[in-house]
Amino acid sequence: MPGADSFNARVDRLRRRFLARAVAVAAAPLPLLFTRSASAQDDTIVPAIREFTKGAAVRRGRVKLELPRLADNGNSVALKVSVSSPMTAADFVRGIHLFSEKNPRPVIARFFLGPQSGRAEVNTRIRLAGTQRVVAVAELSDGSFWSDVADVSVTLSACLDGT
Amino acid sequence: MMLSRIQMPLKARAGEVIEIRIAIQHPMETGYRQDEMGKSIPANVVNHLVCNYGGKEIFRAEMGTGIAANPYLAFFAVAGASGEVEFSWTDDKGETGEARVPLAVTA
Repeated sequence: MPGADSFNARVDRLRRRFLARAVAVAAAPLPLLFTRSASAQDDTIVPAIREFTKGAAVRRGRVKLELPRLADNGNSVALKVSVSSPMTAADFVRGIHLFSEKNPRPVIARFFLGPQSGRAEVNTRIRLAGTQRVVAVAELSDGSFWSDVADVSVTLSACLDGT
Repeated sequence: MMLSRIQMPLKARAGEVIEIRIAIQHPMETGYRQDEMGKSIPANVVNHLVCNYGGKEIFRAEMGTGIAANPYLAFFAVAGASGEVEFSWTDDKGETGEARVPLAVTA
């Protein structure tokens, strides 16, 4: 039956197209930090991180970013970031940069440290405009970049309600 | 002159890693808020904080609107020789603040 044939052929074509796209999506070189599907917010955070690293590879690990899983108020969220480093003159952390996925400005803060810091750890309080991921990227004295990501659910967002 | 509160040990042994905590009184205006007349309040944040110890920079922070009001920072430093730990910061309007804490280091 020509009708059935053309229908099967069409299904086949669609299936092939779907598979081809699925493979293409799976193989796409997503940024290392974002193993989840790319979201619209990545459009601001990824360029901000690239600008800092100047395109160098960012590896997961060595950095520990501690944020509450649930923040009742996005206007002030306690943040602790630490990097495992001996902090000697030969091997130390140059800087720790914090990036937000959803804030109007993706760069939250930059901290510059050195061997005189003794310990690569900074505590502060940040604003979060909504539930999002926060990324900490550390630059080490050997020029390598390490990162950690924290998910925060924010009940009351900063910035948005004009208060 | 902006108010600040600094918490750090006043005495330390040479080579000891000490924690330095500073909180500055500042609204850290985001630029997204409006006053009661509906006029938007311009952004004004403490964008820069430097900590010097023994005449050398030991810590620097560049901040934006993503830092909460009354910015609080805690960081670490190795106690070297007795001397002053100096803090200075600037906001977007060009207002500056500074504070000094003497640190006595024993061998």
